Amino acid sequence: MANRTLQGEHMLTEAGRVEWGSRNARASALAHSPYKRDFPLLATRPDLAFLDSAATAQRPAVVLEAQKRFYETMNANALRGLYQLSVEATEAINAARAHVARFLGLDERKDVRDIVFCRNTSEALNLVAYSFAPTVLGPGDEVCITVMEHHSNLIPWQQACRAAGAKLVYMYPNEQGIIDEEEMRAKIGPRTKIVSCVHVSNVLGVANDVKLMGAIAHEFDAAMIVDGAQSAPHFPVDVTDLDCDFFAFSGHKAFGPMGIGVLWGRHELLDAMPPFLTGGEMIDSVTEQTATWAPVPEKFEAGTQDAAGIYALDAALTYIESVGFEAIQARERALVNQCMRRLGELDFIRLIGPDDPEAHHGVVSFNVCTVHPHDVASILDMDGVAIRAGHHCAQPLLDFLGIDSCCRVSFAFYNDSSDIDRLIDGLNHVWSMFHG
Amino acid sequence: MARENIYTAALMEHNAHPDYKYELDEFTHEHEGINPSCGDEMVLRLRLSDDGQTIEEAAFTGSGCAVSQASADIMAELITGETVEEAKRLSDLFIRMIQGEELSEEDQEDLDEAYELESISRMPARVKCAELAWRTLDGMI
Repeated sequence: MANRTLQGEHMLTEAGRVEWGSRNARASALAHSPYKRDFPLLATRPDLAFLDSAATAQRPAVVLEAQKRFYETMNANALRGLYQLSVEATEAINAARAHVARFLGLDERKDVRDIVFCRNTSEALNLVAYSFAPTVLGPGDEVCITVMEHHSNLIPWQQACRAAGAKLVYMYPNEQGIIDEEEMRAKIGPRTKIVSCVHVSNVLGVANDVKLMGAIAHEFDAAMIVDGAQSAPHFPVDVTDLDCDFFAFSGHKAFGPMGIGVLWGRHELLDAMPPFLTGGEMIDSVTEQTATWAPVPEKFEAGTQDAAGIYALDAALTYIESVGFEAIQARERALVNQCMRRLGELDFIRLIGPDDPEAHHGVVSFNVCTVHPHDVASILDMDGVAIRAGHHCAQPLLDFLGIDSCCRVSFAFYNDSSDIDRLIDGLNHVWSMFHG
Repeated sequence: MARENIYTAALMEHNAHPDYKYELDEFTHEHEGINPSCGDEMVLRLRLSDDGQTIEEAAFTGSGCAVSQASADIMAELITGETVEEAKRLSDLFIRMIQGEELSEEDQEDLDEAYELESISRMPARVKCAELAWRTLDGMI
């Protein structure tokens, strides 16, 4: 453990040099990532260029060790047991909850109980769509989302609208992937009860101005929900500053385990909502015919929670903080810049999304002329390059863009320019196979 | 981990020069197949003999990845001139093979070039691409 901490501090220094140091230091750090050694999968597979972190990130050893440590040293059912071990498990969960609150820019003492643990962003958004939406949506009302939503922030609203007889309204981006104020004001209005928006698009990489969108939503007393799956791991999120009503993110895209996610909600809204799932741990008292609910957040955490996952998510957030968002953003920006520049040099590549690399948050989508994205991904895989290809769970967006599917490269701060070299070599290989 | 190359010379050749990819004007049967998750779309047309027993001509149109296109071309070539019964048997064999079932040597020979796609059975994400034409055929005869 001491070793890992030391390494973390060492990295922080190194990352500082990446950000503020000489050009050479920056270049050499981008050439060989000092972070890969923290990630066992990346460290043991130097033959792999992992460029699919938007699908799921790799986990550092500190996270894997935390998961194991929970089961080895504090495993007991949290909340239930009246013995010391269970108390320790409960304390671990409470500490993690406080950490998540801090991570989202909240006051950990005041707001800690508004952090609800769930499985992932999808479950968090379903919770809001199933528990909150029916309390505000009626026939003729509107839910406003964008065409660039991941299916997990789209289908729940289709369902909620169907159930309520409400209408699902879409906001569309301009050619540079931006949903401007005019478009927001054209779609958000007196009938709007809910606005839900992806913070960072998993295809275009653009960051939506959810703060402005939320302010417009609030003008009409509509609730603002933010899908933070692709933002929370990449730049600092302050939900107080965003002034939104709900914010969701997944642990597994933030270097934590799969199967743990977070929903934050404004207390008065969470408090007034009925539960989503019912059962153990979420009740106050139960009779044969009735039940009363536990307070928030337990009301929304039915059944035994993934306590080890929660404990490991805590470790993941600590790891992110040890690297620092300044270094994370600087590296990801540099990687995206380099990647777009080099892809732009290949005349058989068509880039998708904004022209400005600064507008891409770790995500670069493209197509290889005349070659199907699935073939591109399969051939890159033979060269040890892992990318995503398909519709990226965003079919309405691809329809809007007029394409069936595309290739997507996504970066985390642990990537380096050797990964980009391998991508470019691989793409040249793809081209020569089809047109050699 | 060794990665298999599913892009064999035969597959690349069928993809680049599909002999059976054209609009068949005089057809007796037509069926559309789609893979919504890939955006692959295919229309398969057959011309059966007057007695409805034999496939006299088979051709396809549409778009998709190299695997789906080559698989369709290989299939059309294989079933042309075969009885409907035999085409059904071959398509059943192919789907069993691509789902990971081991075929007898005899059945492997019957599939001829289509058996070269066997390695795709170990790439779950691509099985649907290879299957598209065969499932489309299965849906129409």
